[in-house]
Amino acid sequence: MASTQSTIRVAPTGPGTHKRVKSELMRQRLRAAGWFLVPMLIALAIVAGWPLLRTIYFSFTNASLTNLYGAEWVGFKNYLNWTVLKSGRVVWSGLLADPAWWNAVWNTVRFAVISVTLETILGTVVALVLNAEFKGRGIVRAAILIPWAIPTIVSARMWSWMLNDQFGIINDMMMTLGLIDHKIAWTASSDTAMIAVLIVDVWKTTPFMALLILAGLQMIPRDIYEAAAIDGVHPVKTFWKVTLPLVRPALMVAVIFRLLDAMRIFDLIYVLTPNSAQTKTISVLARENLIDFDKFAYGSAESTMLFLIIALMTILYIWLGKVRFDGGDR
Amino acid sequence: MLWTYTKTTAFYLLVAVIVVVSVFPFYYAILTSFKTGTALFEVNYLPHHFSLANYVTVFTTGVFVRNLGNSILVASSVVALALFLAVTAAFALARVNFRGRGLLLMTILAVSMFPQIAVLAGLFELVRAFGLFNTPFALIFSYTIFTLPFTVWVLTTFMRDLPMEIEEAAIVDGASPWVIITKVFMPLMWPALVTTGLLAFIAAWNEFLFALTFTSSNETRTVPVAIALLSGASQYEIPWGSIMAASVVVTVPLVVLVLIFQRKIVQGLTAGGVKG
Repeated sequence: MASTQSTIRVAPTGPGTHKRVKSELMRQRLRAAGWFLVPMLIALAIVAGWPLLRTIYFSFTNASLTNLYGAEWVGFKNYLNWTVLKSGRVVWSGLLADPAWWNAVWNTVRFAVISVTLETILGTVVALVLNAEFKGRGIVRAAILIPWAIPTIVSARMWSWMLNDQFGIINDMMMTLGLIDHKIAWTASSDTAMIAVLIVDVWKTTPFMALLILAGLQMIPRDIYEAAAIDGVHPVKTFWKVTLPLVRPALMVAVIFRLLDAMRIFDLIYVLTPNSAQTKTISVLARENLIDFDKFAYGSAESTMLFLIIALMTILYIWLGKVRFDGGDR
Repeated sequence: MLWTYTKTTAFYLLVAVIVVVSVFPFYYAILTSFKTGTALFEVNYLPHHFSLANYVTVFTTGVFVRNLGNSILVASSVVALALFLAVTAAFALARVNFRGRGLLLMTILAVSMFPQIAVLAGLFELVRAFGLFNTPFALIFSYTIFTLPFTVWVLTTFMRDLPMEIEEAAIVDGASPWVIITKVFMPLMWPALVTTGLLAFIAAWNEFLFALTFTSSNETRTVPVAIALLSGASQYEIPWGSIMAASVVVTVPLVVLVLIFQRKIVQGLTAGGVKG
């Protein structure tokens, strides 16, 4: 409590004012604010701060599931280690020398970049449609909320049934249309596993993207379009020169949020393409080591690395984008 | 004239594609859930079969009802807990000017960006140390990590937009901050609370990683884990009919809720994003 209160002070009321005199009212409000914040801060420290520190700690030990407390400090061994054999050959071990790790990193990045790109393009299209005035707009908006409302696990299973190699409706559809000449094992085949994951993710997440972009579109005053129309500007040109620049802030926020979200994907891949090396992402690999393979410390190291990657991306974004988080006075 | 006609047709075609692609997988799941036996293995685009056998199987064999109960218990407790902690915190963050407020808000947002896997090892240790492993409490406890930052963030943006005058009147009348929250803000905040609560409920209802890791027996699992692990004797005997029936059962309430609260949800979702 004491530490919280010491950081809570009245912000200067105006330029050049050095009023040290706080009204009793102000003091009361600040005291109350402190008390109001403490429960939330404690809760977050217990469920987020402490576990994160423990994960990082475990990544520097040789902890295993059965022996969490007898773990010994091993330094960076889980990350990178080398032993010199008698023959003089150097054998590298640890995360950074592990092909499985780099495969997971590549899968995660590939998935995140491709899925977010597709979702942004398709989301913009859907948002533009929803921004137009037409009969039945309510129905479309309701319809696109359905993929968003369906639990990820359920959509993974729904799609794995639709993408089934023998009885799946997707193969049936594509055969009928003549797009493919033989049935494809979408989720099992190594060539198509990532495509299957991308299809489901794009289907599920485009609505969210569309809604965020739509919110940005609706902030653009209508008279700008009217002015452009009166001046005889082609609608396509209006889109590139007026709509896109104005909606860009909203678009960027949506893209970053999605990107950070896509980097940590777990559930869809775990259910749709289990044990596929082509789709195994960092989260899936880390959990496998943590829980299934009893390489608790190694899995912790992988988790810590993912955390660092995401933290770095966030910092870069805040720094480059100069996002205002204080949200103080509007 | 012909040009406008083509344009309108193309536009409505696009609209139709969007609607069909969005709705079709769910429609097909419902269709499949009514099929049994060999009917499952023929592809139909329109309803041909109607049998409730899969639903009967789902509800009578196994522990799916328990799983549903677990999901409802976990999700509603988490939402209640998160809203309780968030309302007061949001008041402090939105209405009181103190140094470090921006940093605090940023930290809260950062927590919601946490990859869940990064805290999994530490949480696993905590859950076991508290003796919560394989109980619903493990999930109620751990889900706070994503419901709390989200509810605080959305409620803060909402509270900031409430006019100062209402609060000033209450202050003049000598109301304490606690009275201001409970008597002045709460009545105004019901819509926001319902929306935020609903979104947090959906997030908790759908969570998979923690639920998979912190529970180990069929009886304590939540619905997503139960559905993910539903399988037959071998990989060639996956009970697609039951899986689809279970999927429909857990999804229909969500879809209905989302459609009822459409407008509110869209507002809540967009408030969840930061302004650039």
